[in-house]
Amino acid sequence: MNTDSGFNPGLNMATIRQAINETIERGIMRMPTPTRLRDLIRQIRAAKTQAEERAVVNRECAYIRSTFREEDSVWRCRNIAKLFYIHMLGYPAHFGQLECLKLIASPKFTDKRIGYLGAMLLLDERQDVHLLITNCLKNDLNSPTQFVVGLALCTLGAIASPEMARDLAGEIEKLMKSPNAYIRKKAILCAFRIIRRVPELMEIFLPATRSLLNEKNHGILITGVTLITEMCENSPDTLNHFKKIVPNLVRILKNLILAGYSPEHDVSGVSDPFLQVKILRLLRILGRNDPEASEAMNDILAQVATNTETSKNVGNTILYETVLTIMDIKSEGGLRVLAVNILGRFLLNNDKNIRYIALHTLLKTVNVDISAVQRHRSTILECLKDPDVTIRKRAIELSFALVNAQNIRAMAKELLIFLEKADPEFKAQCSSSMVLSAERYAPTIRWHLDTLLSVLIAAGNYVRDDVTSSTIQMISSSPANEQTYITVKFWDAIQETQDNQPLLQVAVWCIGEYGDQILYDSELEFTNERPTESTIIDLYNKLLWSNQVNTVSKQYSLVSLAKLSTRIKNGQNNIKEIIEMFGSHLNIDLQQRGVEFTQLFGPYKHLRESLLEKMPAMTINRINGANSNGEMIGEGEVIRSNSSDKVVNNGNIRSNTDTLLDLLGSGDDIISSSSFTIPTSTPAPAATNNLLDLLGDIDLGAPTISVNNNNNNNNSATSPITMSILDDNENTKIPDVTTMFNINGSSGGNAQANNSNYDLGDFLSSPTLHNTSAKIITVFDKNDLVITFATSRHNDDYIEVLMSTTNNSMDTLEQYLFQAAVPKSFQLQMMSPTGSVLLPGGVITQEMRVRSNSPSAVLRMKLRISFVCNGNPILEQAEVSNFPDV
Amino acid sequence: MMQFMLLFSRQGKLRLQKWYVAHQDKVKKKITRELISTILARKPKMCSFLEYKESKIVYKRYASLYFCCAVEQEDNELLTLEIIHRYVELLDKYFGSVCELDIIFNFEKAYFILDELLVGGEIQETSKKNVLKAIAAQDVLQEDETPQGFFEDHGLG
Repeated sequence: MNTDSGFNPGLNMATIRQAINETIERGIMRMPTPTRLRDLIRQIRAAKTQAEERAVVNRECAYIRSTFREEDSVWRCRNIAKLFYIHMLGYPAHFGQLECLKLIASPKFTDKRIGYLGAMLLLDERQDVHLLITNCLKNDLNSPTQFVVGLALCTLGAIASPEMARDLAGEIEKLMKSPNAYIRKKAILCAFRIIRRVPELMEIFLPATRSLLNEKNHGILITGVTLITEMCENSPDTLNHFKKIVPNLVRILKNLILAGYSPEHDVSGVSDPFLQVKILRLLRILGRNDPEASEAMNDILAQVATNTETSKNVGNTILYETVLTIMDIKSEGGLRVLAVNILGRFLLNNDKNIRYIALHTLLKTVNVDISAVQRHRSTILECLKDPDVTIRKRAIELSFALVNAQNIRAMAKELLIFLEKADPEFKAQCSSSMVLSAERYAPTIRWHLDTLLSVLIAAGNYVRDDVTSSTIQMISSSPANEQTYITVKFWDAIQETQDNQPLLQVAVWCIGEYGDQILYDSELEFTNERPTESTIIDLYNKLLWSNQVNTVSKQYSLVSLAKLSTRIKNGQNNIKEIIEMFGSHLNIDLQQRGVEFTQLFGPYKHLRESLLEKMPAMTINRINGANSNGEMIGEGEVIRSNSSDKVVNNGNIRSNTDTLLDLLGSGDDIISSSSFTIPTSTPAPAATNNLLDLLGDIDLGAPTISVNNNNNNNNSATSPITMSILDDNENTKIPDVTTMFNINGSSGGNAQANNSNYDLGDFLSSPTLHNTSAKIITVFDKNDLVITFATSRHNDDYIEVLMSTTNNSMDTLEQYLFQAAVPKSFQLQMMSPTGSVLLPGGVITQEMRVRSNSPSAVLRMKLRISFVCNGNPILEQAEVSNFPDV
Repeated sequence: MMQFMLLFSRQGKLRLQKWYVAHQDKVKKKITRELISTILARKPKMCSFLEYKESKIVYKRYASLYFCCAVEQEDNELLTLEIIHRYVELLDKYFGSVCELDIIFNFEKAYFILDELLVGGEIQETSKKNVLKAIAAQDVLQEDETPQGFFEDHGLG
């Protein structure tokens, strides 16, 4: 292989002799011979402490730096090699980058070998060095020595940046046609990498792929298949272009499995599994949604699926890839059965890896053929008990995919057992999925309610808020006898534990709502003692002052207690006492509730009954199937059900009830329409807009809350609502009623949402919230740098402009500075930007507040944008006069 | 496509790192640290796969060394195990029953062998013989440059 070595031995000897002379000279004159690599490694390994190691490394690094300064070319190779070791230990070694380039430029093979290794280890995609290395690569790609070309190709394959890819694509294309297989296979993979980095360069390589599959050499075949796969995934046109190679691939695969033992490519009795897998994957891509191509590969897939030896990992590797292909293409029914059976066998395999693969693949196939997967249900449920978290994760996903109306009872039982013992990370996800499954397939209401209760008990404080809210919703929409039944169950449940907050919240909600039903129905059965008015009030007293109970639960409890005062026969005075105590509570939200409810026991006693009447059944209109947005919507529901307690029956509010209106948060505006009742879907008269605003805030505020309400213990979570309720008189616009009353109130694009978001947004001080419905204009678009302004008016106070710069170029822009100036009739306040470095595709935002000094002035803005791109400082200017009317 | 390969010891010391995707040094260090601690915490009987961000991690322990690869979602995990195994076989053939110390003291050779097996994160050669032949030929080339007795003092040593 080294016959075509380009090194002239004579020249070589001369260089070496010179090197020796230099060395001797140096040895006497200047520096001692540097430590050898292995001696350094020994020294470092002998260090007993971190500090000792650091000392050795620092000493050596200092020495290496000094040799770099001296331009010592004799020992450069050794010193760089030492630097690699130091780098691997985690110490900085970037100062060796340029020296690596010098090594690469050296005529010696040893130097080049180490130099290219260094290029792969030490170089990042920094522009200047990369340009230098591109030149070195270009030279070496044309070297007469195949191994020098090989080194260059290997390096390019590992660190090709988009610029490098563009610069060297032509060279690579030439080498792809080289008669030398050693160079050719490496060039093919370089082409693969180039396309990865810069897809539009694909065209150049297309002609060279033509002959690849006719080769006998496995290196060329496997790299060729890899390249073609990448091209097919790149564009549908190319995919069609390559449809014609299906017969070639089938033939190669057939030869592989039918050919006898070939020692060169054999892996435990399987002929070149690497190539087989690559071909199967390419067949999958070619056969997808193509009956004709699929037809052409049916036979060979069946052959592979039946003839592959499965006692070893390598056989299973091929079967796994075959199954994926069979399930993905338009294969025959029989073949699919075969594939699912293979997965069934995998599932029973002793090897954990194979079991994982089985679960992973079954999840993909569950949509294709659910009944086939159902057969393996018990095995899958077994996997829930596996000690390995990777397997449990797959199993739980698959289990939920298998739940249906027929098996829900049995599955739920198993899943609840799992939920009880699961790790916290699983509990949240699993409980939400349980709620969704129960909702979809519950056989009876009672079963559904029981299951929800079990989920709350099993998952404890890890449940997401959607579980709490959907449970309350479910109970609210159930028939009265079921409500009583589940309230009793919840009462029993909280007797045992009170540190499960979600459970507690639902329980107190139920007791507040249906307390009379459980207190005075003599036919009910309790596992524990029968509750009396005093035991219930005592419990509330305990909950409200307990340290284990978080603020949200206390909020629930306080509202519940107020409601309870209208449900029970005696005990009102006790309740009043408790509530009054909260009038001076340290927590502002609880204090507010305390003060407000106290009013209902004092001057506005006559309103209490009607205000705290039972809530109408909440309609379940759950369009969301996925639990991702379910979370957000769920929160909206909690807040609504919780705060609407205060406003359910405002039809009875008389016009002189100022204080009560304060309670409702409408400030100084008095509602004139007394006949108004809150409908859940019909539009309300516009005159009542304050009240509507209030409700709107509650609903629409909800998505905002979810920003920081992921944690149940977050005390501040509900405060923004309170604030928006109190500050509501700022809202003057007539709201869009239908959006507001939509229980799934989206984050809304109407004026209402905008205003309420401001209230909340300030509070949460999150600038991203401000621009939900702001007007967006593009003010600058040049050289792939786009600047947009999102303008919106902030309460007549100022105009808020959210500047957002997007870098669409492939370069990193540093020291990005955005400056703006406005006419004298305006005042401009600039907040700090989110950063100063724009990575490719990166975004920087900055908030500006513009106050107008004279109402008639027209807003204009001058912009100055400066940044550093590839080391060059760039300055841009622009003017904006087309501000939208806000 | 393989994104990176890490070799580390049971004590969590990194022995080899090969990156096929461009990351900043800081990011590489973070990924390495996280993976080493996650993998070392796993019990020997557990499966060889992990989910890590967007990629799949495939790892296997050979004696005192862990071989850990990150591959993409579409890649075959079991085949990645075979690639690891192939690499181990190659190291074994080259060093003659390889041990961790061989890789510590001759890490550059370990890189060279890997570079003859994979290019750009994909397999380039499925024949062990061809890989070893290419390495041997390059070693000869290197020795030819260095006269007898000179290598110890003037090569990498």
